[in-house]
Amino acid sequence: MSVPGPRGIGKTLRACVGDPKVVVGGGFILFLLILALCAPGLAPKDPLEQDLILGVTPPHGFAGAEPGYLLGTDDLGRDVFSRLIWGSRIALTVAFVAASLAAVLGAALGLLAGWYRGWVDALISRLVEVWMAFPPVLLSILLVAVVGAGVGSVIAAIVIIDWTRFCRVVRAETMGQAKSDYVAAARSIGFSQMRILVREILPNVMPILIALISLEMGIAVIVEAILSFVGLSVSSDVPTWGGMIAQGRQMLHQGWWVLAAPLIALFLTVLAFNLLGEGLRRSLDPVMRR
Amino acid sequence: MTLVVAQRLIMAAVTLFGVAIIVFVLLRVVPGDPIAMMISPGATPADIAALRAHYGLDANLPAQFFVWMKNILRGDFGTSISLHRNVLEIMGERLPATLELAFASLVFAALLGGAIAVFATLISDWSVAPLIDAINGLFLAVPDFIWAFALVLLFGVFFPVLPLSGRIDPSLGERFVTPFYLLESLVTFRFSAAADVLRHMAMPMLALGLPLAAIITRVLKESLREAMVQDYVLLARLKGLSRLRLVLKDALRNAIAPTLALTGVQFTFLIGGTVIVERIFAYPGIGNMAVDAVINRDLPLIQGLTLVFGALFIVVNMTVDALVVLTNPRLRSV
Repeated sequence: MSVPGPRGIGKTLRACVGDPKVVVGGGFILFLLILALCAPGLAPKDPLEQDLILGVTPPHGFAGAEPGYLLGTDDLGRDVFSRLIWGSRIALTVAFVAASLAAVLGAALGLLAGWYRGWVDALISRLVEVWMAFPPVLLSILLVAVVGAGVGSVIAAIVIIDWTRFCRVVRAETMGQAKSDYVAAARSIGFSQMRILVREILPNVMPILIALISLEMGIAVIVEAILSFVGLSVSSDVPTWGGMIAQGRQMLHQGWWVLAAPLIALFLTVLAFNLLGEGLRRSLDPVMRR
Repeated sequence: MTLVVAQRLIMAAVTLFGVAIIVFVLLRVVPGDPIAMMISPGATPADIAALRAHYGLDANLPAQFFVWMKNILRGDFGTSISLHRNVLEIMGERLPATLELAFASLVFAALLGGAIAVFATLISDWSVAPLIDAINGLFLAVPDFIWAFALVLLFGVFFPVLPLSGRIDPSLGERFVTPFYLLESLVTFRFSAAADVLRHMAMPMLALGLPLAAIITRVLKESLREAMVQDYVLLARLKGLSRLRLVLKDALRNAIAPTLALTGVQFTFLIGGTVIVERIFAYPGIGNMAVDAVINRDLPLIQGLTLVFGALFIVVNMTVDALVVLTNPRLRSV
């Protein structure tokens, strides 16, 4: 097998854009990103504005719907559609920041464990094993309870829990790469260990890492929703999908749409991150594409 | 073989010890003082000190850890701060609910995932086969949290046929000797009670089981596809054995090992998932109780529950390893 050499950025990009999964998944995330960034301009109503007279009005197209409230209102008369748009901000912030940080931490430890082996590997692998013996949801609730609720704590909790996902994969990948010819060549030229790790091995681990980050973003969105649902994420005056779900669960029999709307948003977002991750894995990996 | 088993047991003990240390350290940096939540407004400093001493919170950290470990090894998990009861006792009452739910979900997932994989293998020449893959891909992406609420909407609101919370309808007046409601009602032939327990279990079970079923389908289908082109299967095919018989008797037996190994890992994730799913359906298991314990800053209970979860994970992993060795004769001589 030939060693996958550096490929042009253009060729890689073309491969990505040609993949329907990347286009559909990435397209939806991009759409969501624009929604989140332009929330103040796009949301028809103030997401916090209460109007008790217009409480629990059903979505457009159902009997009793009010014009101007596309997805209806909750029990306090707040516009569900506007809250949904504003909620995407927290969801995406947590997704991007938490997944990137978890990837950096996990990949760094994975590279070290896979490259140095020996006691470094033993230590890191044991740590991963201990970590995996915790139920992740319980650990995240515990961590946020310890640090105190807030976006920062949610992100920290996700990073502290999910670095193991990256660590395990990068470790195995690094072990494989370390045996390859190009690493032997780099060694014989006299490159330093650090240089081989960062400049030679890391770029080859990158495709699978990027795919994992995308999958992790989907997980992070869910974890944020779970913590919001339990009441441990941001304060209740910031609209989040998880907070809306918790509210919708409580007023289930008065207005199902308060639960259904954020649930569908969550579902589509997770699906999009999954599609993007799978597509990226396929189109970035030269071996898999063949 | 004994050496391997001994090695695994020691590793398991080390892992559990690590879990204990992490939980202990984590809980000691909690800003909220659990004692502050228990005292009545008129308590004197002496009362507070006495309470602190009662729960062992007055010693320094290593001493507290040492005492805690020593007590746990004696089977004493301490007293719950929020429930004022023996932690081991409460956990004993709640754990069976979680175990019944987790195993029901596992059985459901194995049956559904297995059936779809076999079906997909049988019809692999048909044009609908890619459709199964696409649907399965969708199911792979959706986590238990989303399933739970989708089911709440479907069977709780649009077609309100299933109870939304609890483990059994209290108005039935059913009494149980053991905390294993499902098992007990089945063994004692109280089928109406069993049916009610199952109805309460249905939605959390589906939420936990559907993602696992999708994973089982994918892995088993892949293994079956590989097994179906092996020489012995081709030979059996030439002999004229029916395709169904081939898949079920020959291919399945050889394809089961990778599925078994993966199902084990995924089952630990499923057990972890009970925490939030039990919460959503107010199901009285240890997962739901753990969330309450964290919210109430009930240190002894959180510590006990985390260890129970850790132990469950380790037991599942070791059981699966043993099963994989048992089903694969080639590994037995190790």
